[in-house]
Amino acid sequence: MVMHIVVCVKQVPDSSQIRVHPVTNTIMRQGVPAVVNPYDLVSLEEALRIKDRFGARITVLSMGPKMAAEALKKCVSFGADDAILITDRVFAGSDTLATSYALSSAIRTIGAGQPVDMVFCGKQTIDGDTAQVGPGVARRLGLQQLTYVSRIEHLDPEAREIVVHRRAEGGVQVLKTKLPCLVTMMEGANTIRFADMDAMFRAARCQPIEWDHKAAGIGEVARCGLKGSPTVVKKVFAPPPRANKAEVIDARDKPAREAVDALLAKLFAKHPQIEEEIDR
Amino acid sequence: MSGDDQAAAPSAAAARRAGGADLGAWRGVWVYVELERGRVHPVSWELLGEGRKLADHLGVPLSGVVMGPDDAATAQACDEALRHGADAVHVVRDPVLAHYRTDPYTRALTELVERNRPEILLLGATTLGRDLAGAVATTLGTGLTADCTELRIDDETRSLAATRPTFGGTLLCTIHTLEYRPQMATIRPRVMAMPKRDPQRTGRVIEEQVALAEDDVVTKILSYIPDADADKAQLAYADVVVAGGRGLGKPENFRLVRELAELLGGEYGGSRPVAQAGWVGADRQIGQTGKTIRPKLYIAAGISGAIQHRVGVEGADVIIAINSDPNAPIMDFATYAVVGDALQILPALTEALRERLGRRVAA
Amino acid sequence: MAEKFDAIVVGAGPSGNTAAYLMAKAGMKVLQLERGEYPGSKNVQGAIMYADALEAVIPNCRRQAPFERAVLEQRMWLMDERSHVGSHFRGTVDADEQPTRYTVIRANMDKWLSGKAQDAGVLLICETTVVDLLKKGERVVGVRTDRARGDVFADVVVLADGVNSLVATKAGLRPRVKAQDVALAVKEMHFLPRHTIEERFNISGNDGVVVEMLGKITKGMVGTGFLYTNRESISLGIGCMVEDFKASGVSPYQLLEELKSHPSVRPLIAGSEVKEYSAHLIPEGGYNAIPTVHGDGWLICGDSGGFVNSVHREGSNLAMTTGRMAAETIIGLRDKGRDYTAANLKSYRRALEQSFVMKDLKKYRDVPEILHGNRQFLTTYPELLTRAAHTMLKVDGVDKLTKEKEIKRDFVARRSRFGLFGDAIKLMRALR
Repeated sequence: MVMHIVVCVKQVPDSSQIRVHPVTNTIMRQGVPAVVNPYDLVSLEEALRIKDRFGARITVLSMGPKMAAEALKKCVSFGADDAILITDRVFAGSDTLATSYALSSAIRTIGAGQPVDMVFCGKQTIDGDTAQVGPGVARRLGLQQLTYVSRIEHLDPEAREIVVHRRAEGGVQVLKTKLPCLVTMMEGANTIRFADMDAMFRAARCQPIEWDHKAAGIGEVARCGLKGSPTVVKKVFAPPPRANKAEVIDARDKPAREAVDALLAKLFAKHPQIEEEIDR
Repeated sequence: MSGDDQAAAPSAAAARRAGGADLGAWRGVWVYVELERGRVHPVSWELLGEGRKLADHLGVPLSGVVMGPDDAATAQACDEALRHGADAVHVVRDPVLAHYRTDPYTRALTELVERNRPEILLLGATTLGRDLAGAVATTLGTGLTADCTELRIDDETRSLAATRPTFGGTLLCTIHTLEYRPQMATIRPRVMAMPKRDPQRTGRVIEEQVALAEDDVVTKILSYIPDADADKAQLAYADVVVAGGRGLGKPENFRLVRELAELLGGEYGGSRPVAQAGWVGADRQIGQTGKTIRPKLYIAAGISGAIQHRVGVEGADVIIAINSDPNAPIMDFATYAVVGDALQILPALTEALRERLGRRVAA
Repeated sequence: MAEKFDAIVVGAGPSGNTAAYLMAKAGMKVLQLERGEYPGSKNVQGAIMYADALEAVIPNCRRQAPFERAVLEQRMWLMDERSHVGSHFRGTVDADEQPTRYTVIRANMDKWLSGKAQDAGVLLICETTVVDLLKKGERVVGVRTDRARGDVFADVVVLADGVNSLVATKAGLRPRVKAQDVALAVKEMHFLPRHTIEERFNISGNDGVVVEMLGKITKGMVGTGFLYTNRESISLGIGCMVEDFKASGVSPYQLLEELKSHPSVRPLIAGSEVKEYSAHLIPEGGYNAIPTVHGDGWLICGDSGGFVNSVHREGSNLAMTTGRMAAETIIGLRDKGRDYTAANLKSYRRALEQSFVMKDLKKYRDVPEILHGNRQFLTTYPELLTRAAHTMLKVDGVDKLTKEKEIKRDFVARRSRFGLFGDAIKLMRALR
C-alpha cells in the first residue's frame, strides 16, 4: 500500500525584499515576488525523499488567494503529485487558530479519498514566523506532533513507526512514535532538489484543484477568517527611532587605523565599563 | 486521524467567548517554568520578571507552573520560581512528565489552565515552549502571539497588548486577544531582562493532580543526544558579540569577525541573510528569528540593520556599527556608526586592541 | 519521450514575450523558457515604453497595460559640475493627441505581457536555462536546458535571451559581445509621495516628465544619465561604455552617487527613499554590431541581436518590434507551408531593413565611433555651453555684444576654429 502524505505550504512575499512606504508606513508589495515559504520546501523535500524510498502519493495543500496556485505548481515541479488550494473570502483575516481549523478540515476531506499517513508543515513562515499552524493542525487531527525535526532517523510504513531527531535546548531528543503523525522540519535538514524537465512540464500544465470552504469540508464558517481569530492586530507601526543619535565616525577619507583610534578614544572615554570589560 | 476537531470542546469555547462578566472570572498571570533534564531554562525567570510587572499592573497574583517528575530538581524549580518573583507555583509531579513530550504536557497544562483560569499565560519561545504553546492554544481555542518583544496592559480593555515584528520583520504590530482566555504569548530568551533573585522570598506551592498514564502516550523517548561542546554558541548570554553581514562580501571574510571576537573573549554571529546562506551556522544567527542578545558590547560589521535584526540586538549596552553605507538603518540606532569598509576597519580594530591588550593571539 | 513544439522562445523579456504571444495567437504550440525566477526578473530598464510598439502587438491595450505616467514633458540637459543648459519639450501638438510614450516599471510590464502570452496559450517554464542549441548538421532542431532530461525540440527557435546572449555565442551563431559594444548602466528607484512628484515636476494626474542627461556627469566617458517620473517613484540612472569604465577605473555606482548630489538633480529627489538598486548591460554597438540574425531554424530578436538605438534610447521599442517581426515572419512561413530554412527566414532581415528598425540604426551607425574618438562632445561642450548661457544671463552691466565676443573667444580658445568646424561636421555626419 502506498503512503499518502500531505504537505502544507504557504505562498509568502519574499520578505527580504519587502519595503515600507516612507510616508504611510504601509507595506509596499509591488514588485516583491511571491515565493513558496522556504521552510515548507525543507518539509516537501523530506516528503519527496520518503516517496523516493518507499513510494508515496504527495498532496500539497495551501490556504490562500487564487495566486497561491503558483506556489502549488512550484511544489508539483519538485515532484508533488496533487495540488489543492483552499480559497474563499471567508478565510480572509485568519490568524493561526483559524488557519489550522481550515487546513485540518481540508486534510480530513482529503483523507476521505485515501487515508493520510503523514502531514508535513513548514517549521514557520517567513512572513508570520509564529510556528503555530503545524501544532494546531496536529492537535485538531489527533496526530502525533513532531516539531523541529532535524532528521527522520527511521520510518517503517508497514509497522506504522517513525523515529526522529527533535531539536531541544543543547541537544537532540530521539523520539519514536506511531503514524499518523505531523512533522515540521528544521532548516538545513536538506536542500530541495533541482527538478528535471519532465516535472517542470507537468507543473507548467498542472491546474491545482480549488476548493471553497464547502468543498473543503469546513462546517463552521464562524471559525474561519477574522471571525474565527481570537487574536486581533490593533496597530502596525515602524519602530520609533532610537532616542540618541549615533555618533558618526567617517572612515572613508582617512586610513582605517586612524578612524579606529578615534573610535576607541571616544568609546573608552564615554564607556569606562566597556574598557574594563575588554581589558579583563 | 480523528474524525472531528479535537480542539475547543463547544462548552468550554462558549464559556470563554463571553462578554465582560465571564471574562472577569479569569484572573492571574501565569508563567510556564521550563524544566527539562533537571534544569530550568533561564528564559522562565526573565518571564517571571516581566510577568511580575503585568501582575502588579492588573492587581492580580503571579504564578509559575512547573511540570516534571517527582524529584529534587522539580522541587528546586518551584522554590526558584518563588525566589524570582512568583507569588505561587502550581506543580504537577508525575513520572509521565519526566521528559518533554507534546501530548502529556499539553494535557497537563490545559487541565491546569481550565481549572485555575489565569487571564494571561506566558511561555518561553524555545523549541519546547513553542511546541507546547501551539498545542495548548489550539486545545483551549484561544489566542497565542509568538515571539513578543514587548508586553503591556491596555487599561481600557484590561487586555494584554503584545508587540511583535511582522512582515518578515520589517514592521512591528501590537496584538490583542480580546474575547478569549487565557491570553497566551511566547517570548524569546534575552528579550526581557533577568529579574533580581530574592533568596528570602517564599510563597505558596500548590500541588496539582492530573490523570496521566504512560500507556496513553504514544510518543516514546529513546534517548537524548547532547550537542558536541566544540561549536556550542553561547551567544544569548555573551557579554561581547561581534557579528558580520552581507557587507563582508564573501564567506571567507568572516574570519575577520571571528578573530576580533576571539581577541575580545566574546562570541561571534551573523545576520539572517548570511546564516541562511550558510556563512555561519543557524545557531549563530542574530536577530528576532535567530538569537536575541543583550551584550555589553555589540560590534556589527557589514550589517544593514533591518528591523528583525534590530530587535535582536536592541538590548545591547553599546553598539558599534561598521558599514560603508551611511544611510543603512543600523547607523541610526547604533551608539557609534563607523562609515567605512568593514574589511579594513575590522582588522584595524583587531590590531589596535591587540596592541592595547599586549597579547599575542595565535594567528 | 522528449517534448516537441512548433516554436521555442528563449527568454521572457519584451521581445520574447511579444514573439511568443503572437505565435500562440496564431495557433502555434509555443514553449517559452526563462532562466530567471519569473518573466523580467533578469531585466532592468529606465524605463520608457512606446505605446505604438505595444499596441502593434496588442491593439488598444494602453488602458490595461501597467503604465506609470504618460510622458508630457521631455527635458534634455547638457550638464557640467554645477549647472546645466538644455531644452524642454512639453505638451502636445494636437488637442486630442494620444501620448506616445509612457514611463513603466519594467518588472510590472514584463509580468503583464507574459500574462498575456500565457493567456494566449504559451507554455512558460521559468528557472530553466537554455545552455545550448540542438542541431542536426547546421539546422537548429531544439534546445538543451540545464535540467535533467532537458532536451526539447521545435521546428524553429527564437533567441530572445538578452544582451549577453550566451546561447547564441556558444552555438557559434554570433560572436561574443565585445566590451566596446556594450554599456553598463545602474539605476535606483527613489520613492516619493505622488503629490510631491506632481508638485516638483509640475504635472498632474498621470502625466510624467522625462529627463535625459549628457555631459560631465559621465566624467569624460561616453554615456548618459536619465531621470523618469513614475507614479510614486523616480527612476534615476546613469551608464557608460564598459570599455570606458575599465579604462577610467571609475565605478558606475560612484557616478550615480555624484549624479544624485548634482545641484540640478538633488532637489528633485530630496526626501526620497531609495528602495531598489540595479545594474544591467545595454547593447550600444549600433548597426555595426548587429550579428547575423537568422539561420536554419533560428531567429534572434531584442537585445540579443543588439537592437538598441542609443541616440534615442530606444531599447524596449526595438525589442518588441523585432519580436513582432520575428513572429510575423515565422507565422507567414507556416501559413504558406514552408520550412524555416535560412533562405526562407531571410524575409525577417528584409522586414527589419525596410522598417524604421534598421533605417534608424543605420542612420546613427557612426555615432558610437564618433563619440568614442571625440570626447569633447561630452566634456568641453557642456562646459562651454553652460558657461555661455551663464554669461548671457548674467546681469552685470556688460553689454551684450561684448558678452557674445567673450563667448566666442571661449569656444575658440578651447576648441580652435578648426576644431569647432570639425566638430560641426562630425556631428552632422553622425546624426545624418
